[in-house]
Amino acid sequence: MSERLEESEALDAHTVAHAWSAYDRVKGGADGLNAFLAIDRDASPMVAEGPLHGVPVAVKDNLATLTLPTTCGSRMLEGYVSPFEATAVRRLREAGAVLIGKTNMDEFAMGSSSENSAYGPVRNPLDHSRVPGGSSGGSAAAVAAGIVRIALGSETGGSVRQPAAFCGIVGVKPTYGRVSRYGLVAYASSLDNVGVFGRCVRDAALGLEVIAGPDRFDATCADVPVPPLVPARSGQSRHMPLTGLVIGKPREYFPENLDPRIAVHCERALARLVELGAEVRDVSLPSTDLAVPVYYIIAPAEASSNLARYDGVRYGLRAEAADLGTMYEQTRSRGFGTEVTRRILLGTYVLSAGYYDAYYKRAQAVRALIADEFTRVFATGVHLLFTPTAPSPAFRIGEVSDPYEMYLSDIYTVTANLAGIPAMSQPIGRVDGMPVGGQFMAPHFEEAIMLRAAAALEGALGAEAHQ
Amino acid sequence: MSTPQPGPGTWELVIGLEVHCQLKTRSKIFCGCATSFGDAPNSNTCPVCLGLPGALPVLNAHAVALATRASLALGCTVHDTSVFARKNYFYPDLPKGYQISQFDRPLATNGGLVVGTAADGTPRLIRVHRVHMEEDAGKSVHDRFADVSAIDLNRAGTPLVEIVSEPDIRTAAEAASYARRLKQILEYADVSDANMEEGSLRVDVNISVRRAGDERLGTKTEIKNLNSFSAIERAVAIEFERQCRVLESGGVIEQHTMLYDDKRNQVRSARSKEGSHDYRYFPEPDLPPLRLDAAWVARQREALPELPPARRARFAAQYGLAEAEIDQLLATQALADRFEAVAAAAGEPRKAANWMLGTVLAAVNAAGVAIDAHPVSVERLGALIRLEASGELSNTAARQLFIMLEQHDGEPVEMARAAGLLQVRDDSALVAWIDAVLAEHPAEAARFLGGERKLQGVLVGLVMKKSGGAADPKKVNQLLGARAG
Repeated sequence: MSERLEESEALDAHTVAHAWSAYDRVKGGADGLNAFLAIDRDASPMVAEGPLHGVPVAVKDNLATLTLPTTCGSRMLEGYVSPFEATAVRRLREAGAVLIGKTNMDEFAMGSSSENSAYGPVRNPLDHSRVPGGSSGGSAAAVAAGIVRIALGSETGGSVRQPAAFCGIVGVKPTYGRVSRYGLVAYASSLDNVGVFGRCVRDAALGLEVIAGPDRFDATCADVPVPPLVPARSGQSRHMPLTGLVIGKPREYFPENLDPRIAVHCERALARLVELGAEVRDVSLPSTDLAVPVYYIIAPAEASSNLARYDGVRYGLRAEAADLGTMYEQTRSRGFGTEVTRRILLGTYVLSAGYYDAYYKRAQAVRALIADEFTRVFATGVHLLFTPTAPSPAFRIGEVSDPYEMYLSDIYTVTANLAGIPAMSQPIGRVDGMPVGGQFMAPHFEEAIMLRAAAALEGALGAEAHQ
Repeated sequence: MSTPQPGPGTWELVIGLEVHCQLKTRSKIFCGCATSFGDAPNSNTCPVCLGLPGALPVLNAHAVALATRASLALGCTVHDTSVFARKNYFYPDLPKGYQISQFDRPLATNGGLVVGTAADGTPRLIRVHRVHMEEDAGKSVHDRFADVSAIDLNRAGTPLVEIVSEPDIRTAAEAASYARRLKQILEYADVSDANMEEGSLRVDVNISVRRAGDERLGTKTEIKNLNSFSAIERAVAIEFERQCRVLESGGVIEQHTMLYDDKRNQVRSARSKEGSHDYRYFPEPDLPPLRLDAAWVARQREALPELPPARRARFAAQYGLAEAEIDQLLATQALADRFEAVAAAAGEPRKAANWMLGTVLAAVNAAGVAIDAHPVSVERLGALIRLEASGELSNTAARQLFIMLEQHDGEPVEMARAAGLLQVRDDSALVAWIDAVLAEHPAEAARFLGGERKLQGVLVGLVMKKSGGAADPKKVNQLLGARAG
């Protein structure tokens, strides 16, 4: 079945039965992609009427669900079933979607390859020897493998966009505050977002439209109404649909050492955008190179606090020990993997007396600077930014062992999380058969413009997006 | 107990209080769970106050209103922006591994309250450094099950304000007085039950000593587990003495947390902390900064009732009452309100104060009822006091009538008349009794009328006897005196 054909299908043509047949065919479970940590074969398609009526969906395992465990890919929460449901999941269900399973991920969303799961790495459906990206690798793989057309992931530094790029699908990170975080197990609260994967721009937009909007259970969720987000089907009637749109090309995202094969695909996408009527303008975001260091101060700091609740007292893993201190120590040593432990230690350090001002406070100041640079660029009449999503295509499982090298995989994506702006990745070509993603970034709450441009580009690229 | 007195060359006591006060909200500070006291363990809990993965706090607007009222009642500046922060530490009754509190940007700062009058007659002001909002932790229960500790999270997430004084307090009595006045203000502002026994008002005392005249503060210890005002006073005195003893013998004070044992009247060191705790405070990312509109804060200020300091001044000026009496009347808002109502009904504030602090309080305590529920209503007590003031009731008769009013319904004047308690003040009736007595005792009458004034007392007694005790003795005295004149 050609991908083009599938994109043109109506979303509801992909039924739960289709999902299971695809799951069995591509081996979505531990014997194959290892994309799912739990599935619900009994999930009923007899569900609420709504825009996703009968549509099978998969949800990252750090979103609380009532029917299946929520483990966050960690031993710490093995078998843990939440007594409440995440707002985003509830909205999917109320829109008629059928939750068929929970997807594998880097433990507590810490990672860029989905290798840091306590339940084994996820495999890229396009090449099983490669990673699907992370941390939402299971959800990306589930969509890329054709099991579901919509899946939820989460982002803290690019964990939806980068796996979308690695798997050749669409991944949207909305504005911070656009989607409720209630029920999203916290990694770094000020950066965390629920994001959406789709087979195509319209699928992802529809998923986002369903889950977005104010929520009284999340004080950081914005009281901003959600406009229609699903772009009209690109018809032949409008010759230059992006006329008047100014797209910034930030030079810091196209450095000298950018993989030329990725640069070529970006240039082709930019050329298509010009053909669609957009104006492409060179812009600068000078503090971009500070984003990764800042991210790896702020995110671990918040993580060290957010993960303190896993203490063996109330739920999850508990190591039996003679005294309280030993119980804490053993529970947390056994429950957390290496990367989680590393980030908790890092975060504890940067918040400690005597280091707080030097690290955390300075990092917050630089974060404000990065956000300010976006604001200033958008104030010059630039509507959107276009960049590569990741500096490389999907690497091989086990190939990147140095944590810092792994962190650099997020170099083009962390900025949007630090600034809280919406961003998305879509396929713009291939390198050695592996997908390359192009990224749009937009001002706060301007998802609709971003999705419209992305849909137009998707239409213009056509089969080129996967070549 | 020998308490060292501050003076030249001796030690000066320096005290600051940290008071945690539970706000009177129906639901918790960050979730909808009930704050009720004494329910089955862990019954008032939800994903938020249990700290379950994915749960998020949402600030209770009523808690903000009460914390704002408390701050304003203490004369603090309420800031237009304050910031919640996480205080990180591991403890089994702390579900999230951090407490949501406020750190470098508290709700309010720079207040104060007057605790009495200094030796030179100026008011003793104790400055309030800050007021901030935070959530309470749960409770560890060590005595319910053999060998294991249990945890009750009903209290986790109860809204608190922490009120921190400057180290302005200088004596044990002043520390207790500060706590008393603070409790009073919190009750008047209607923000808390402020009950030390039930734990809705928890007082920690920081104590240090220094050479009198020294500017620098000594090393402090903190005393916890104080559950009454007198415990504060006793514990401070004991710890002061201990610190003086240590310093006199050339020792140094170590920064410790101390616990007061009420039964043994001892202050002992709690498990010593391993160094000072690093709480790794940082701004709470789950809650946006708390922004308060100036007009809203102004409305909270206007909605405050007259507070104890203002009422104290007014009671002195308006009613001419002494400081000690005012202290007693202001002890609770209900008593002070009742006093004012009775004073107005009787038109006799002086007598009303005596009645309230004497007979009424005793009766209310004996009956074990709230003062508002006492059967001698404001109107009836007012009528009784009027009768006494006009001389129609003797002191004794007034007390008798009070007991009757407690036991029976009815109008005080009617009841007094029916019981024959009213004194006869009518001239013609009194003159008739006087004439009769003089007629029955002609010899004494002649001597009295002849100028022997010392017989007047005897004759008054005889007239009273003749009237069966109903005559107004003052009036009889006057009338007899006029005859002798």
